[in-house]
Amino acid sequence: MSTTIDRQWTTRLRKRVEGTLPPEKLLPDTQPAYVASWIYVFGVLTLVAMAEVIGTGVILAIFGPQWWHVSSVGHFINSMHLWGVEIFFFAMIVHLWGKFAMAAWRGGRTLTWVTGAVTFLASILTAFTGYLSQTNFDSQWISTQAKDGINSTGGGAFFNVLNFGQMLMWHIVLMPIVAVALVAFHVILVRIKGVVPPIVENPEVGQ
Amino acid sequence: MSLDWGLGALINLNHPGHYLHWHVIDVSVANLTVMVLMVVAFVAALVLPFPGRKHRKGEEK
Repeated sequence: MSTTIDRQWTTRLRKRVEGTLPPEKLLPDTQPAYVASWIYVFGVLTLVAMAEVIGTGVILAIFGPQWWHVSSVGHFINSMHLWGVEIFFFAMIVHLWGKFAMAAWRGGRTLTWVTGAVTFLASILTAFTGYLSQTNFDSQWISTQAKDGINSTGGGAFFNVLNFGQMLMWHIVLMPIVAVALVAFHVILVRIKGVVPPIVENPEVGQ
Repeated sequence: MSLDWGLGALINLNHPGHYLHWHVIDVSVANLTVMVLMVVAFVAALVLPFPGRKHRKGEEK
């Protein structure tokens, strides 16, 4: 009977997860000494900003455009959402520069680098659809300017920036799912492979 | 005192943006400020000492 149980997909998946990412690797007690540098802070800062953006986005979704346009608290939460995005991109770009400078794809970390780059692109699309969802003159201006660019690629018939409903759904449903999934995968890969060491301290890694 | 007044008093953003032009480059002062701050943060992250680094030398290598 044990062989039957061993062949179950749940058993095989559990063993694979336990082998690839044991709990002590997922939530480690310590990090290598080289991680004690400010340049390693920006990845976590990006995560914190993302959590803040999602939290304020949820509040904006609950109360709606008329609330965030006319009430003081609505203005405040709307601004928190915007400035959270500013900090998110700020931290993400400094994180990207740091990882590029230390060639963070070394040591079998190619997929970690690629998921980070794709997350950056997905974040741009998320922010873009957010600008189109403001329901003000700014969003009208951006959508009418962007339509020509999108149409020149041939994608305008499918991705119609003048279709407010489509842009709002992309912003509050599709892209958050994509972005969170990519970030989760990226962080899991960092946990599996470990934080990339500085080039000078570990020259034999990832030749 | 409203929240708008309190935060808005720091920097007045309630006006059209200022832009800088240099050949084909066209950038708003606000965006340029963010770019400069990112470079400053990047350099500062490389050169500033991290708190408690001396005590962590003995940790994992």
